[in-house]
Amino acid sequence: MVPLGYYLLLSAILFATGTLGVFLRRNVITVLLSIEVMLNAVNLAFISFGRFQGSVDGQVIMFFVVTVAAAEAAVGLALVIALFRHRESLNPDAFTSLKW
Amino acid sequence: MLLLIPLLPFLGFLVNAATGRRLAKSQSGAVACLAMFGAFLASGWAVWGLLRLRPDSRDLVQVVVPWIESGPLSLPFALRLDPLSAVMILVVTGIGFLIHVYSTAYMHDERASEYARYFSYLNLFAAFMLVLVLGASFPVMFVGWEGVGLCSYLLIGFWFTKKSASDAGKKAFIVNRVGDFGFLLGMFLVWSHFGSLDFREVARLAGQAPPEAGFGIVSLAALLLFVGATGKSAQIPLYVWLPDAMEGPTPVSALIHAATMVTAGVFMIGRTAVLFGHAPATLAVVAAIGVATALMAGTIGLVQNDIKRVLAYSTVSQLGLMFVAMGVGAFAAGIFHLYTHAFFKALLFLGSGAVIHALAGEQDIRRMGGLRRDLPVTYWTFLVGALAISGVPLLSGFFSKDEILWRAFSSGHTLVWGVAVVASLLTAIYMFRLVFLTFHGERRSASHDLAVAGHGQTGGGGHGPASEGGHDAPPAMAIVLVLLAVGSVVAGYIGVPAVLGGSNRIEQFLAPSFAAPGIEASGDHGANRAEARGEMAPGSEPTGEGGLAPTGEGGHSAELGLMAFSSGIALAGIGIAAYFFLRRRGAADAVAARFAWLHRLLLNKYYVDEIYDAAIVQPITRTSERALWKAVDAGVIDGAVNGAGALINGAAATLRRLQTGSMRAYALSIFVGVVVILGYFVWR
Repeated sequence: MVPLGYYLLLSAILFATGTLGVFLRRNVITVLLSIEVMLNAVNLAFISFGRFQGSVDGQVIMFFVVTVAAAEAAVGLALVIALFRHRESLNPDAFTSLKW
Repeated sequence: MLLLIPLLPFLGFLVNAATGRRLAKSQSGAVACLAMFGAFLASGWAVWGLLRLRPDSRDLVQVVVPWIESGPLSLPFALRLDPLSAVMILVVTGIGFLIHVYSTAYMHDERASEYARYFSYLNLFAAFMLVLVLGASFPVMFVGWEGVGLCSYLLIGFWFTKKSASDAGKKAFIVNRVGDFGFLLGMFLVWSHFGSLDFREVARLAGQAPPEAGFGIVSLAALLLFVGATGKSAQIPLYVWLPDAMEGPTPVSALIHAATMVTAGVFMIGRTAVLFGHAPATLAVVAAIGVATALMAGTIGLVQNDIKRVLAYSTVSQLGLMFVAMGVGAFAAGIFHLYTHAFFKALLFLGSGAVIHALAGEQDIRRMGGLRRDLPVTYWTFLVGALAISGVPLLSGFFSKDEILWRAFSSGHTLVWGVAVVASLLTAIYMFRLVFLTFHGERRSASHDLAVAGHGQTGGGGHGPASEGGHDAPPAMAIVLVLLAVGSVVAGYIGVPAVLGGSNRIEQFLAPSFAAPGIEASGDHGANRAEARGEMAPGSEPTGEGGLAPTGEGGHSAELGLMAFSSGIALAGIGIAAYFFLRRRGAADAVAARFAWLHRLLLNKYYVDEIYDAAIVQPITRTSERALWKAVDAGVIDGAVNGAGALINGAAATLRRLQTGSMRAYALSIFVGVVVILGYFVWR
């Protein structure tokens, strides 16, 4: 059986990748995708811990996170469309003012 | 009942203040005069009631309303009628009424609303003055004391569009405030020492102890009260406001700044006579200040050229004489002089008002002269006043002034007596200088016609004096002048000294007011008066004269001799004035030129105003401007306020850099924050 450390390492790599994506990418949609990656990194960690402890708690939490992530994606994409209609741009740096 | 006396003028004030704008002049004048006349009748009735009581029980107190109840202090708003306040209310309401009547004519050129304003102030003044003299305790008196100060301010500055008038009002108010501060402190000291503020109670407590040997707490309290008196009664060092107060309308000068309000200080010492009597150190100060003021004001009065200012300095000088009387323990003599002075000084002021009225505002005696023919009523009444104030025998001023001089001499204050005699001589000289320059000789200025220009301007054509073209005082003024002239002649006869066959009734009448209650109740009147006298003038040997027990033969002849001497002084003063200002005008100028520096010194009033300006006013102005305004207010306080604003501005300018609006920057900061917090918990 693969030891826990590998799962956690993969989870950490995924999380770091997502975080870097949020920081570095200049496309709002990509940023949203990166957030999904981060969430899933966390999900992976939850499931791993649950599995290794022999409980289903990790999986339960994962379902919650997936649900919230779906809602977040829906709202986030709607915002992205609304922003795009205003600025014809998806670069987050174009949206630094509270109103225009 | 007593309440009615101050209440009537107060109601007059309310009516004129509330509805004066809509009243015709005759109506507002009538309201004010009727209020005063009512108060006079009420006073007369009250005094009549008092006179029917036995001398030692002449002390009526009316508690109007409980006033201050605080801890051990229980102070009702109470009025007291005793012989002293009886004299005062009669003077205030009687002379006040006459001056109200006079004012109806004098102020006739004012617009109706101004006219009502004038009479409302005048009535308010009378109300406060009556509270002052009737007050049964220090604080009640202080209410009146401050109230008359306020009215004085309002009336001096009555023509407030004139800068000099409004300045004079402020000066009077501020200088009085200095004195009032002393009064307050004295009041506090009396309270802390005696535990009471009621005049009678304080007198009883003060009367129990022997007179203070050195300068103790009683002397200090009396001295502080005297500071208050110097402010109100225009004595050195606080006399400077009174001459300037002549900016007010002349009847105001007569009522407030000659007859009544300025005598409040003298009255106050009479009110607290027992307290002062037990403070010989302070009494000495009172006498010294009084005599110095009398002399100083008399010398200034010699050279002034404004008719009202001469009279003002004369008032200061006469008030000084009253303080001399108080200072040598002759309280009754002081009050007697106050009472006669009210008549002839009011008369003189009103006479000068008639002159000013006839000359359409001219006040400089150098431009008058020869008015005797044109203003006969004014001339003769003025002459009577001048004779009375100079102390010519058988007029009122003679009796009262002579009483003061005799008391000063007989109580051993020879130096005080000597200076007071010089001051009396000066009085005679400057008064007759005024008479001769104003009424005798030739007219020295043709520019001011005797035409009633003042009347013509405001179209008062329908009124008697203007349409008749008469130059002399209009009827309302003339009647008052004549009445006051009669008063100036006969007022002294209630105080004819024993040596002239009189019985000095006013002194006997007043005596219970100056004695400590415990002693006074002991029965025999003459004996306790002598006793009271003895403790009031501790410096004197108890000769037992007291003005009512016949003195020994030696005392008699001494008193008669002094009387003759001071009459001679008065006549000499008139003679000197006649020589210089009637016979040989050139001689006066020659003397002035000879002693040019002295003349200049006197003309500039010893430069006292300038000295005060340099010593007090300028430093205060400069400190206020440079330190308090520019350093403290603009620097510290504004600096703190502006600094707070600038600090927030600066902080915000720095902090707003954080609000980039960049999503990724926010994300980074959240991330860093999470890492730091987690790191803290993990590696703790």
